[in-house]
Amino acid sequence: MSAIDRPTALELYRVMRTIRAFEERATQLFGENKMWGTIHSYAGEEAIAAGVCAHLRDDDWITSTHRGHGHCIAKGADLGKMFAELLGRETGYCRGRGGSMHIADTSKGNLGANGIVGGGIPIATGAALTAKQLGTDQVAVSFFGDGAVNQGTFHESLNLAAIWKLPAVYVCENNQYAESLPVKRAFAVEDIAKRAEGYGMPGMHVDGRDVRAVHAAAGEAVARARAGKGPAFIVADSYRHEGHYYGDPRKYQSKDEIEGWRKQFDPIADARAWIVADELASAADLDAIDRDVAAEIDRAVAWADEGPLASPIKLPEDVYAGD
Amino acid sequence: MQATEARAPAAMREMFYNEALGDALRLEMQRDERVIVIGEDIAEHGGAFQVTAGLFDKFGSTRIRQTPISELGIVGAAVGAALTGLRPVVELMYVDFAGLAMDQIVNQAAQNRFMFGGQARVPMVLRTQGGSGRGNAAQHSKSLEAWFAHVAGLKLVMPSTPADAKGLLTAAIRDDNPVIFLEHKLLYRTKGQVPEGEHLVALGRADVKRAGTDLTIVTWSREVLFSLEAGARLAADGIEAEVIDLRTLVPLDRETVLGSVRKTHRLLVVHEAIKRGGYGAEIAAMVAEEAFDDLDAAPKRLAGLETPIPYAQHLETTVVPQIDDIVRAAKELVG
Repeated sequence: MSAIDRPTALELYRVMRTIRAFEERATQLFGENKMWGTIHSYAGEEAIAAGVCAHLRDDDWITSTHRGHGHCIAKGADLGKMFAELLGRETGYCRGRGGSMHIADTSKGNLGANGIVGGGIPIATGAALTAKQLGTDQVAVSFFGDGAVNQGTFHESLNLAAIWKLPAVYVCENNQYAESLPVKRAFAVEDIAKRAEGYGMPGMHVDGRDVRAVHAAAGEAVARARAGKGPAFIVADSYRHEGHYYGDPRKYQSKDEIEGWRKQFDPIADARAWIVADELASAADLDAIDRDVAAEIDRAVAWADEGPLASPIKLPEDVYAGD
Repeated sequence: MQATEARAPAAMREMFYNEALGDALRLEMQRDERVIVIGEDIAEHGGAFQVTAGLFDKFGSTRIRQTPISELGIVGAAVGAALTGLRPVVELMYVDFAGLAMDQIVNQAAQNRFMFGGQARVPMVLRTQGGSGRGNAAQHSKSLEAWFAHVAGLKLVMPSTPADAKGLLTAAIRDDNPVIFLEHKLLYRTKGQVPEGEHLVALGRADVKRAGTDLTIVTWSREVLFSLEAGARLAADGIEAEVIDLRTLVPLDRETVLGSVRKTHRLLVVHEAIKRGGYGAEIAAMVAEEAFDDLDAAPKRLAGLETPIPYAQHLETTVVPQIDDIVRAAKELVG
């Protein structure tokens, strides 16, 4: 594995810590009944968004999922606007029209979280088509879960990207469950990455809790796509610390599994260990990042809370462009 | 508008409906390199109904992008391309196949702009065709406009003449919203005079295709042709029907419909799609709500029977309104 330098290690750590802190605060706000609807926590899967998006420019595109806060943050979103959206404010990314499941930030190439499992996969494919058509070197990355790999969009999109050699990278976050269905009961193959072969593109299988492994695989796939060599499929094994959604009773998992795996699959604890062991930074340096992130979250929530409630008067204006 | 009116009238040429659509595609692709066409059998074959004939030779395989049989992937890729700067025109061979792609049409294309708080535009056209009359049976003959009319965020166009087909397709391609553009399989080989060069027909404007005083017939797509035939027969019997071709179902030109009903005091809506939940109900309800006091009779709908489209020719014509049916319904309404 290629060595990671200090600035890269610290940046990956900061992004992961920010995602975790965001999810913890969002969960708290939800518990306090300050939010409406539902949220899906990305806690435990931070290494994937951080490791992949580290290779992307602002003008590269991503599509995300219902579990989308992490992708949004890793792609450079403003935390205040994210919290404002969760709180239904006019100052939120979607001015209260989208909420957690539809946050988009087109200024940073984020084409949106998506409430439909697998719904973003063809959209990223179309974005990659734009890059190819206009002759730019932009890349489109689609994030999706193991559940989406059994949707038709996965099959149709990977085939189109392969025959047209599109600059697309497909990232499966295998968090072991499609809602309540364990991955073993959803696939007859052991290694999901093997499906790539059927489409004629490289498949990579990485430990999704190790941000170094994700960073290395994504670096290869993104560089390949940017160089016009076509798409790739990455499967990153992971584990979600929380249920499918806030309040999920998790009847499909044992307490032992939840507690054991939560410890075993913690990309942030792991990163702290190797960053210190490799002498890239001290524990005190990392603690300082943690404090900065906590302060940033506090500021973002305070800013969001000052925003006015989203205006119903303007609702029809956003249905059609140019009206 | 002044400048347009002052210009010399465009030269006209007789064209088939499918040629007129191809002419619009060619001109828009020449005008804007971001316009691409994506779909099945659209390259050397020229499309199942020969709308893209000749375009592959002219624009090549990257702009006439022929795909595998993969409706969901095609429409989804068009959504992504539209979000990021292209202006894709999808050709979906039959509207009956829209079911395969419906998530990308309804949950993605139609709603992205709204869900994202106005951050996005989805300038794409989904061209497809529907309707019966060719013995293609139930899976290739439906009229599904009501599905799309019910979804906030889509525009919906159904041209009946070659000139309207060209002008409306041009406007649809230049529109910054997802436009569902429904052609009719039996209109492709109908002929009409079409303006040469750039020709735009604004979305959201109905067209009075026949003026009359005794009743208003509101219709669209192939039933416009039937209604005009019926109008000629009714005139021979002393009944003057005003025939309004909606052309665009969303947005709806309410004023033209209401203005006509206020003049004739009678409304007959004619469409090929089945009556239950059809778009005719929307027109009838709107007129009842907005112009009830102007009506001399209850609004009447003449529409398809509530069955799938059958195969045999004599059965097929039984289930959708024919010219005789329109004449009969108009006489009942006026009588």
